Order: sequence, then C-alpha cells, then structure tokens
Amino acid sequence: MPSFKGSEVMTMNIIYKIEKEQLKANLAPFKVGDTVKVHTRVVEGDKERIQLFTGIVIARRGNGLNADFTVRRISYGEGVERVFPLNSPRIAKIEVERRGEVRRAKLNYLRDRKGKQAMAVKEKSQAAKS
Amino acid sequence: MKIGLLGRKIGMTRVYDASGKATPVTVIEAGDNTLLQLKTYEKDGYNAVQVGFDRQKESRVSKPLLGHFKKSHSEPKKLIKEFRLPDGASLNGELDLSVSQFEAGQFVDVIGRSKGKGFQGVVKKHGFAGQPAAHGSKTHRRNGAVGNRSTPGRVWKNMGMPGHMGDERVTVQNLRIAQVRPEDKVILICGAVPGANGSYVVVRPAKKRQSLME
Repeated sequence: MPSFKGSEVMTMNIIYKIEKEQLKANLAPFKVGDTVKVHTRVVEGDKERIQLFTGIVIARRGNGLNADFTVRRISYGEGVERVFPLNSPRIAKIEVERRGEVRRAKLNYLRDRKGKQAMAVKEKSQAAKS
Repeated sequence: MKIGLLGRKIGMTRVYDASGKATPVTVIEAGDNTLLQLKTYEKDGYNAVQVGFDRQKESRVSKPLLGHFKKSHSEPKKLIKEFRLPDGASLNGELDLSVSQFEAGQFVDVIGRSKGKGFQGVVKKHGFAGQPAAHGSKTHRRNGAVGNRSTPGRVWKNMGMPGHMGDERVTVQNLRIAQVRPEDKVILICGAVPGANGSYVVVRPAKKRQSLME
C-alpha cells in the first residue's frame, strides 16, 4: 500500500478501506483440492436465478478484493474450467462438498489426465483435518 | 460554483455495483483545496480562481510566496494552480472546493503528468509497424523512410521520430465518477488516470460532455 509524505488523509489505508467494505464477511474457507459447489446469480431477462457449478478447486490467486479461484469439472467428457472472483456479489454461496489432500498450490496436472484419473484427488483424512 | 479540484492519485482498485459488475477505478485524494486568490478582470485582466493543495513546510517556501499564503490566511502549499472562469462570471461567494462538488455518474476530465518512459523508438512511441522479424530482413524496429523526393525536399512536420516519451502533461477526457466519499475526502474515477501513484492531478468537470444524470 502506498503512503505519501504530507498527505492529509490516511492514504496508506484508503484503498484498503474501500476494498474492505466490499469483502464478504461469511466466506466458507476452502483450499485448492477441495470439491466445491458454487452458487452464482444469473440474470435472465428480468428474472434472477441461482446456477450451480460443481468441481475441484485447482487454483487460488490474488488477495483481498482481487482474489479469485478456478474450478474444474468434467462435463459430458469435456473438461470445463471457470474462474470466479471470490468477492463478487454474483456469487451467492460457496459450499465445500469434500476436502481434498494435495501437495501443490496449482493442480494444473489434472488437465493432462483422462478418464477416471481426471478428477482423482485424495480425500483429506480425519487425522489430517485437525 | 463548480470549478474543479487539485488532487493526488493514490492508486487503483475495483468496485462492484449492485448487479455484481466490477469496475476498475482510480482513487484520487482531493481534500483541503484552499482558495488562495481571486483574480478579477478589472485587476488582473482575466477571471480565475487560484487554488492550493498539499501542505508544505514553511521553511521550504520562499519569503515572497509565504507572504502570498499569509494574505489568504492559508498554510503553505506545495501545488498552486488556477482555474480560469468565463469572462463576466462572478462567484457570488459560493465556491465549493470540497470533493462533494462532484457527484457519482458525472463526467470529468483528469489532467496529470504521464510516467516517463525515457528515450523510445518509433514502434513504442508512435505505434509504427516496424519491419519483418525474419525472412532475411535486417531491419526490425526502425522508422524507415521519412520523406519524399525533391518535392518537398524536406521532412514533413510532425514526422514520427524516436525520442523522449512520457513525462508530459496528459488530459484524459470524459471519465465517469464512480463514487464520491466526502468523509475520506476521496473520489473514485472509472478507469485509469495519467501519472504514477502519488502524483498530482487536476480534476475538472468534463468540457465536452454534460453529465448523464437525469
């Protein structure tokens, strides 16, 4: 965060303050490797409905208001990835279905896999959860 | 009377609106603009408002300038600019120099000093296409021919040449104000604004576009 000499407002904090107002308070914590259900608000005409996207979180990037995450799923045999801004008002809810145990921050290796292996992420054991 | 403001570019962030659309915004701190002098047609030959921004140490200000600040009961300022008023205009004492003279949705022009890029070639500076990278071409990013034959026998004015780029006064017109935050003395302007973070900018109501507020 920048700070400018002689500035009359708390410049160091003003961007932080603007971003903080927009951060979501009740975000379910999730990590790379988890299987999540993302509830997105979709506006069709003048009606709004909730659309679901379920898959494995293969990446998280950015921080604060700029954070986003990538969800990958296999849909009719074709890999589909969507990137969601974490704090977008269009995301109604993020549900964690399954905790995964992975050793990498980005699961790009899943893209090269075929068939059953494509969605194979080990479930986190009870002991490792604590 | 809304004349404009002096401010400082703080940096950029994003703002979500009610429908969930994200807008990139530039945060501009524009608090404590001080009226230094009213120039009148009778006395100065033109109408203008002189405004100061950003506190300066008294020891860093020359004595003549210090006297100028004293005259308007202002503390010394780092940046002094004038806003020209139309001929025959009178202020009638109503001059708003706070950020609340602007409102969200209004269009403004922002004037700043662009980031210096140093000595640059014509491809970066003027958007020339350059020459082929391969296939036997031995020139790649040169400007090529600059003129004609013996008529006119000289290079045309404004021919793009390599040279210093950036660090010049730039005006960006018709930027929309996303938010005005009087409590923080800050305005958020949609899109980018010239200059580095921390540099001074002038924000004025758009010259060519009226506000789209209904």
